[in-house]
Amino acid sequence: MPARATAPLRLAGACLRLLLALTLLLGVAYPGAVLLAGRLVPERADGSPVRVDGAVVGSALLGQAVPDGPDGDAWFHPRPSAAGDGYDPLASGASNLGPSSPELLALVEERRTAVAAREGVDPAAVPPDAVTSSGSGLDPHVSPEYAALQVPRVARERGLAEAEVRALVEGASRGRALGFVGEPVVDVLALNVALEDAAGPAAVR
Amino acid sequence: MSDAAAGALQVAVLVAALLAAQGPLGAWIARSLSSTRHLALERAVYRVAGVDPDADMRWPVYARSVLVLSAVSVLLLYGLQRVQAALPLALGLPGVPAPTAWNTAVSFVTNTNWQSYSGETAMGHLVQAGGLAVQNFLSAAVGVSVAVALVRGFTRSRTDRLGSFWADLVRTCVRVLLPLSLVAALVLLLGGVVQNLAEPTTVTTLTGGEQTLVGGPVASQEAIKELGTNGGGFYNANSAHPFEGPSAWVSLLQVFLLLLIPFSMPAALGRLVGDRRQGHLLLAVMGGLWLLAVTAVTWAETAGRGLAPQAAGAAMEGKEVRFGEALSALFAASTTATSTGAVNSFHDSYTAAGGGVLLLNMMLGEVTPGGVGSGLYGMLVLAVVAVFLAGLMVGRTPELLGKKIGPRQMVLVALSVLTMPALLLVGAALTAGVPALVGASVQDAGPHGLSEVLYAYASAANNNGSAFAGFGAATTYQDTALGVVMLLGRFVPVVLVLALAGSLARQTAVPAGAGTLSTRSPVFGVLLAVVVVVVAGLTFVPALALAPLAEALS
Repeated sequence: MPARATAPLRLAGACLRLLLALTLLLGVAYPGAVLLAGRLVPERADGSPVRVDGAVVGSALLGQAVPDGPDGDAWFHPRPSAAGDGYDPLASGASNLGPSSPELLALVEERRTAVAAREGVDPAAVPPDAVTSSGSGLDPHVSPEYAALQVPRVARERGLAEAEVRALVEGASRGRALGFVGEPVVDVLALNVALEDAAGPAAVR
Repeated sequence: MSDAAAGALQVAVLVAALLAAQGPLGAWIARSLSSTRHLALERAVYRVAGVDPDADMRWPVYARSVLVLSAVSVLLLYGLQRVQAALPLALGLPGVPAPTAWNTAVSFVTNTNWQSYSGETAMGHLVQAGGLAVQNFLSAAVGVSVAVALVRGFTRSRTDRLGSFWADLVRTCVRVLLPLSLVAALVLLLGGVVQNLAEPTTVTTLTGGEQTLVGGPVASQEAIKELGTNGGGFYNANSAHPFEGPSAWVSLLQVFLLLLIPFSMPAALGRLVGDRRQGHLLLAVMGGLWLLAVTAVTWAETAGRGLAPQAAGAAMEGKEVRFGEALSALFAASTTATSTGAVNSFHDSYTAAGGGVLLLNMMLGEVTPGGVGSGLYGMLVLAVVAVFLAGLMVGRTPELLGKKIGPRQMVLVALSVLTMPALLLVGAALTAGVPALVGASVQDAGPHGLSEVLYAYASAANNNGSAFAGFGAATTYQDTALGVVMLLGRFVPVVLVLALAGSLARQTAVPAGAGTLSTRSPVFGVLLAVVVVVVAGLTFVPALALAPLAEALS
């Protein structure tokens, strides 16, 4: 072949070899080094597992579904979730419904009514995070307001004093990082685990 | 502390950190890319590839090298996805279907990282780390290389040579992106971002249900995803996923990372042209427009206007409690002002005004501060437009950084400026005009539906990659069409910018005279900012009026 015709092929070959060399560096060595570093903090690198009696029940970072209806009344409820059937890490994501979507409007109203009925409060008292689904569908937190709203029900269902449950909520609460980053939150899974510890599984109906 | 004060303090701390970092990092980038020495690691890469890192290239050779490397990258990444099932660490996942594989390959090679797939159920660990993440590095390094080649067009005289693409690319990877990514990944790891090669494991939850936990090499990918203004999430929920964005401070760090290199490029320019005040001016223009967008989106989301947000009591649909409105708005404005497209909240559910600003942010052409490298060359192209306008006003031959702007330069610049709007508007019009395509992809009715279409094509044409994710992009038509738009939106301007660099390098530098317009003065800064806004405004106001504006006012 004349030199002019082979030049593009030579260039493509050089590019391919360059790509493979850089893949070794950036696609194997680099993530490999971070993997090794991860073994120094294995709990965090493996997704911060939460154990109850030695068995992993989930991740400290991920929210979990709580049964609807009477079965779920002894637990603190997380936010609504658009991930699969709810809190499915194989289908993380949001509803993506727009701000003037009639579907979203109907969902918000429906959730407000349901939460108000469950907690026995005025619908106007239901906070925004209780009626909206999160970005990930795996939001592990609720707002302090939504947690406070649920205290009387959980205390009643578990036969605990409200003050005792409020103390557990306090223990699962975190303020803004450094006082100004992000928002105050209550970790729902940590709170539910603490409830189990406090009351013992037998207290659950 | 009040919510507003906390939100403002978040922005203030971020700005302070960026201001402190941009000078040293810009100097480091400038030094790395004008070095005459090769590191041992770099020499090894050149030897394996069989390329000459000292070959000073003419602009067509530089452009051809960029294009062929990118073409080979697309092919390799496409192939990797197609044969995924036969590869190790595939987690039992099948090969990726052809339209999705094409769209994804183009998306990652063009620094767009639009994702028409769902990470946790489509891509195995090997494709993520060995394919997608590698392009996160390379596409960012291509951006820096082209930007530096353009700067050489200004600094060099009477030559047809723009430097070696191989050296620019490899040095950006080895000296800039890799060390920064390593440090960032380690900090993310400490913040709780996952990094393992585990298979998905199913556990019994506290209340007796089931949940499948999906790990992976996330921290290493998250670091370069932000630093390289890529934005392709390991998971479908991107940085909103608690395994990618476990806490508010980690999310704020991610905003810092995605803004870091774009805001450092002006300082690199200042060093390379030996005029640091010129760098400061570009930084001020980029930073000012970014801050305006942050303020506007934060205001819109905190006010929470609109049917659904008002019914809920706040615009929290699609947002995480730990981030709230303020940190979500800060991330959203920053990801659309750079070409990142990572999200810690879902833009489709933003208020009409907030979503409109995000859309406008991309329509400005990703120059405030824009993508890694691409933000700087985009801004320099608009600076040429600004000196041209100023020249018309006062009747002098326009000059920028000592080079005369003649007819050839203006033709190249005009074509480059027109490419993105043409792709965006034609692409969006094709989808919006065909009922079958609307039916297949558009989720919301009315003006918000049009916003979804505009957002998709703005995102693709600007190589952003974020989405109004209600838009169904995973159809054969959209996968293909958006792929074509991404490809043209990236490489047409790249070739035009390199041609511009070539034409500038050939000129003799003209010393600044009494009649030269100072491009370092605040007056020029204001003119440049006006050009950025007016060029986009004139092009897109009709479309914006029909979509987010109509929705906000209804």
